[in-house]
Amino acid sequence: MEGVAAPAVSGPSDAAGIEGSSTGDRIYRVVTFLCAVSIPLLLGFIALEIIIGAWPALSKFGFSFLTGSTWDVGAGEFGAAPMIYGTVVSSVLALLLATPFALGVAIFLSEFAPPWLRQPVAFLVDLLAAIPSVVYGLWGIFVLLPILRESVMPFLATTLGLGATPLFSGPAYGNSMLAAAIILAIMVLPYISAVSREVLMAVPRAQREAALALGATRWEMIRDAVVPYARSGIIGGIILGLGRALGETMAVTMLIGNRAELSASLFAPGYTLASVIANEFAEASTEFHTAALMACGAVLLGVTLLVNMLARWLVGRVGRDGR
Amino acid sequence: MTPSRPTGSQRAAIERTGRSLRRRRVTNTIMLGIMYAAAGLATLPLVFILFHLVKEGASSLDLNFFTKMPRPVGESGGGMANAIAGTLVLVGTATAIGLPLGIGAGLYLAEQGSQRLASTVRFLSDILNGLPSIVMGIFAWQVLVRPVGHFSALAGGIALGVMMIPLVTRTTEEMIRLVPSSLREAALALGYARWRTSLSIVLRTAMPGIVTGALVAVARIAGETAPLIFTAFGNQFWSLSLDQPMSALPLQIFSYATSPFEEWHRLAWAGALVLLALVLVISLVARFATRSKHGGGHD
Repeated sequence: MEGVAAPAVSGPSDAAGIEGSSTGDRIYRVVTFLCAVSIPLLLGFIALEIIIGAWPALSKFGFSFLTGSTWDVGAGEFGAAPMIYGTVVSSVLALLLATPFALGVAIFLSEFAPPWLRQPVAFLVDLLAAIPSVVYGLWGIFVLLPILRESVMPFLATTLGLGATPLFSGPAYGNSMLAAAIILAIMVLPYISAVSREVLMAVPRAQREAALALGATRWEMIRDAVVPYARSGIIGGIILGLGRALGETMAVTMLIGNRAELSASLFAPGYTLASVIANEFAEASTEFHTAALMACGAVLLGVTLLVNMLARWLVGRVGRDGR
Repeated sequence: MTPSRPTGSQRAAIERTGRSLRRRRVTNTIMLGIMYAAAGLATLPLVFILFHLVKEGASSLDLNFFTKMPRPVGESGGGMANAIAGTLVLVGTATAIGLPLGIGAGLYLAEQGSQRLASTVRFLSDILNGLPSIVMGIFAWQVLVRPVGHFSALAGGIALGVMMIPLVTRTTEEMIRLVPSSLREAALALGYARWRTSLSIVLRTAMPGIVTGALVAVARIAGETAPLIFTAFGNQFWSLSLDQPMSALPLQIFSYATSPFEEWHRLAWAGALVLLALVLVISLVARFATRSKHGGGHD
């Protein structure tokens, strides 16, 4: 780029040079502008193309696509309710499992950790986010599933006697909603803890000092002065984690069992919007099957868009108040 | 500190001082213990995963793994040479798409542009960053696989490239904002045109940070599987053609892990170890590169 315009800038005071550079400026401005607007355009293009691809299914099944519970490829009947149910249940359960740990880590790192421990712990938790989804899936198949099948599930069902409740009933195959939720919990933990840590760090020192000066213990300081101040940001972080969990594909596909049935039991296999796409898309042979999978993608796109917008808004609120 | 009236939460704290000090201290100790335990437990999965990957994968890593092609079911031996090469090609293609666009957008956000447009773009790039990767896959399929009629590495590279754009954009913007304005003013005062100031002074100064951001983005997409299942699709043979289906490490790990064959499970573990090593090394390089640049402080 420098080479192209070099002759024009022969000298700082050269009139031709200044004129030449103003052309350069205009090109520069246009090029960077185009790069910047490519992001909104791309987002719109993605949404448009997916809706176009999903249209045959959306127009045929209409609202019943969301409520129908039969997913029968052979019969050409497509209702996404089992997938929507599986997506929501696995994600929400994952958040319930991950949030206490993630908040514990975030509070530990922002309030208690001795300096020599802070960096390494933060680093280890961040590394969890770097592990590829398919590696989680592999580990889940060969390590997590056997543990669940042989120890955790019998323990919950028999030893604790929860097998009588609908939530923990049925045979313990391993591949299940529970397995998917556990792996998702490990995967979203770093996202929740990173955001929470950041908003906790943004809480002004005076807030902490005031609480301590009033005689609060450190735990009371956190509970009464620090966490309430950062609340909306922490909730934003949790919702951000939800966004990740909803769209997470590979690990869930490898562990959830992939069966399009509605079951109250966490021991039963399930299906999610993302994993049905991952499983069936490459082999979809009919126009409607492809369109139905695209429609699953459209639902997923819509939901994650909303969830992400909400999360960003909540996290942004703490940043603005804090400054 | 400016004196202010106690807020509701502070008043609550005052009221509590009346209660038993001992009980409060005990609660305090218990809660601190729980925080420590939570932090410890949260790092356990990482330790477990690393342990199993090394235990199961290391023994299968030999020269064959890196140089041989996959063998059909029933034959032992073989490697993932084509998948390793495919991953490099796919990541390269994605970088060629995501890096220039991301840097350009980052320059625009940091250096110019109306506030309104800049904050919209910033917001939407965060939204784009949050979209599930499988959505990028069906998008690339709809745009590039369906019209062409067959799977191609290019479609996979584009799906991954789109994922890189928001990551590169945001780090570029942040790094450019760190460049002192005195540098910019000095260049302008010497008669440099704006575009030259931006490209050869500001961008060059921010380059180490931008490289870090690009590495982080590469580490994230290198392990992506979902968008490749129906774009690059995978290939049992050696292929470096962007127009043809192409193998990739994550794809190979996925199909081997979900197969019923012992021999393939062994290769899946080895592949996962290599993939994770690749991703972690890139992340570590990125992390330490930034740290030395900013003297270890908050940037």
